[in-house]
Amino acid sequence: MNLRTVLSGNTYIFGSLNEVLGKANEEKSGDKLAGIAAESVTERIAAKEVISNLLLRDLRENPAVPYEEDEVTRVIQDGVNIPAYNKMAGWSVSELREWLLDENTTSADIRRATPGLTAEMISALTKLMSNLDLVYAAKKISVPATCNTTVGLPGTLSVRLQPNHTTDNVEGVTASLFEGLSYGVGDALIGLNPVTDTAANTAEILKRFHEVKEEFAIPTQICVLSHITTQIEAVRAGAPCDVIFQSIAGSQKGNEAFGVTSEIIEEAWQLLKQQGSATGPNVLYFETGQGSELSSQAHHGVDQLTMEARCYGYAKRFSPFLVNTVVGFIGPEYLYNGGQVIRAGLEDHFMGKLTGVPMGVDCCYTNHMAADQNDLENLSLLLAAAGCNYIIGVPGTDDIMLNYQTSAYQDAVAIREVLGLRPAPAFEKWLERMGIFENGKLTKIAGDPTIFTQRRTGR
Amino acid sequence: MSDQAMVAEIVAEVLRRMEGSNSTANPEVESGKAEVVNLPDLTSSEQRSRSLLADPVDPEALARMMGKTAARIGIGRAGPRLKTKTLLTLRADHAVASDAVHAEVNPDLLERLGLFTVQTRCSCRNQHLTRPDLGRQFGEEALAEIKKRCNPRPKVQVYACDGLSSRAVEDNLENILPAISHGLSRHGVEIGTPFFVKYGRVPAMEAISEALDAEVTCVLIGERPGLAIAGSMSAYIAYRATVGMVESRRTVISNIHSRGTPAVEAGAYIADLIHKMLTEKASGLDLKL
Repeated sequence: MNLRTVLSGNTYIFGSLNEVLGKANEEKSGDKLAGIAAESVTERIAAKEVISNLLLRDLRENPAVPYEEDEVTRVIQDGVNIPAYNKMAGWSVSELREWLLDENTTSADIRRATPGLTAEMISALTKLMSNLDLVYAAKKISVPATCNTTVGLPGTLSVRLQPNHTTDNVEGVTASLFEGLSYGVGDALIGLNPVTDTAANTAEILKRFHEVKEEFAIPTQICVLSHITTQIEAVRAGAPCDVIFQSIAGSQKGNEAFGVTSEIIEEAWQLLKQQGSATGPNVLYFETGQGSELSSQAHHGVDQLTMEARCYGYAKRFSPFLVNTVVGFIGPEYLYNGGQVIRAGLEDHFMGKLTGVPMGVDCCYTNHMAADQNDLENLSLLLAAAGCNYIIGVPGTDDIMLNYQTSAYQDAVAIREVLGLRPAPAFEKWLERMGIFENGKLTKIAGDPTIFTQRRTGR
Repeated sequence: MSDQAMVAEIVAEVLRRMEGSNSTANPEVESGKAEVVNLPDLTSSEQRSRSLLADPVDPEALARMMGKTAARIGIGRAGPRLKTKTLLTLRADHAVASDAVHAEVNPDLLERLGLFTVQTRCSCRNQHLTRPDLGRQFGEEALAEIKKRCNPRPKVQVYACDGLSSRAVEDNLENILPAISHGLSRHGVEIGTPFFVKYGRVPAMEAISEALDAEVTCVLIGERPGLAIAGSMSAYIAYRATVGMVESRRTVISNIHSRGTPAVEAGAYIADLIHKMLTEKASGLDLKL
């Protein structure tokens, strides 16, 4: 494995695979904070040059965290399909990139190759991709998933409706839910981040979501994003639930910091098979985000892009319905500005899809980052062009509970119109039945949440 | 021009154009100058509570729904985009939040409260935002200054810190500090010398606790601002805080602002809590409440 190169007359020698992977990353404040970023732009390019010549075999045989030490590594390595891997083991990362970008390489070709890839290969490849490369290649890869409805079909853009509330007040949550439905969003999920992490509170909100879903016969799925163990408790106690959620990390240590293990995820999966209210087969929901491992000191000296790629490799084992990176949530010490958030959003989406998980993105930012709503809108439009399964929707971009900004309900509507995309098919038919949607456009009554209250009381 | 001022100017200009000739305000026309119109403040609660939906099916239900949440519902749409007023209100709120992060605490306030200032190892705001590790450490000079100017081995060391919102310090410190001090004196507990830490993160309290050998350390710090509240303060309190201690040893009181827990009320509560920590010799998860 060659870890040296000459660039502009200077010799660059990298000490390890992890070191060269870290230095080849596009500029991210989190890699600087970890002390593993390239010290100059030239060194960054030298690292990319070294990576482009590495063989996929080198990357398979040198996982970022040793197999014996880390469960995430074991899940990824044990999940590799040998014939698919053998076909590509002798390719360089550069050859993988050019094969992927070849106009004759189809979605089916890529999906066949995917089981032969590991997170480290995907991370290395991503470091060689420009933003448009990431859009173009991701667009080829379609990873739909089915819970009650199917999300991620080509030509669609779905939304997770996120009706968060500062005190979990059920009527307040329902108000935001009706507002969102009236804009034609909520086809990926109706999912709330609760303030209070108890089984009783989780159950109370799930019951309301279930009532609304049943009453209006909405073809979608419901979830309350408390801790996985809290959701398990709520479902065991009889709460209606389609999807169980958990944040995951790219190392076992990171998952331990989140209070989650594979056994707990398996338990949730089994429980939903027996007691869940969804058709399936995909019933789990994971969230990720570059930098979360570093924030819990669980990064093992590995760059945040590689750790993120490992999240997707881990997620795949559980055949999830939704996976999304919360790309700008964690703050400027990991992604400093709009440029870094946009880059990370495109990287994460591409890596997730190439891994074979159904990817969405929470395009977001906090008020202490050097980013604004324009950056978020740019990212969401680019992602929709790249075939992203879903984005998030909140009232007027402002999540009053999580204190950050994400996409407004209106954003998905505009993006669908700009790019000729549609909601998930079953949901679009429902919108037409409700008179909210006609010929792919909003009708006059769209945007009025009281169309639901009126029908409720008028029964 | 600051973002906030710029947004205010843009807002004023747009609303001037929107109102046009049918303005109900009574324009005063100065000689040869533009009209002066009193525009409503977009960020006022009166403006925020107004629905922008032209013709809701059930206006009463809409009012009820808007009363149940601070989320921006009933905002209507301009095609599939936000209405101008919504867009500008969001820009104004973001500007206030962003200023709260980047502004420095007014030195007059610190002088009035008799607080001296020490700086963490961060050299500027930008470094403070990107290097949380430096925001919890002090250089030797800063530590010497703290030791020189503060009473050693205090029972309770209280200090203020900008954290991620200087606005929180400006909005709340003047009320919360005397409330804590007064509350503790009722328990017969004296507090150490208060001061101000610039470019600080929460765990800086551990370095301060060790430097002064404080029994209880309490930092009053600005929280990451949301769009709704830019000046929210939190108090993090720990018994015998030591560098590298586990997070669960901290007790936190959050949401201290005029629309959450008002500073005076929070101060009294914090004083009682600190008294309990002194009695129980514990904090965080170790403290049974």
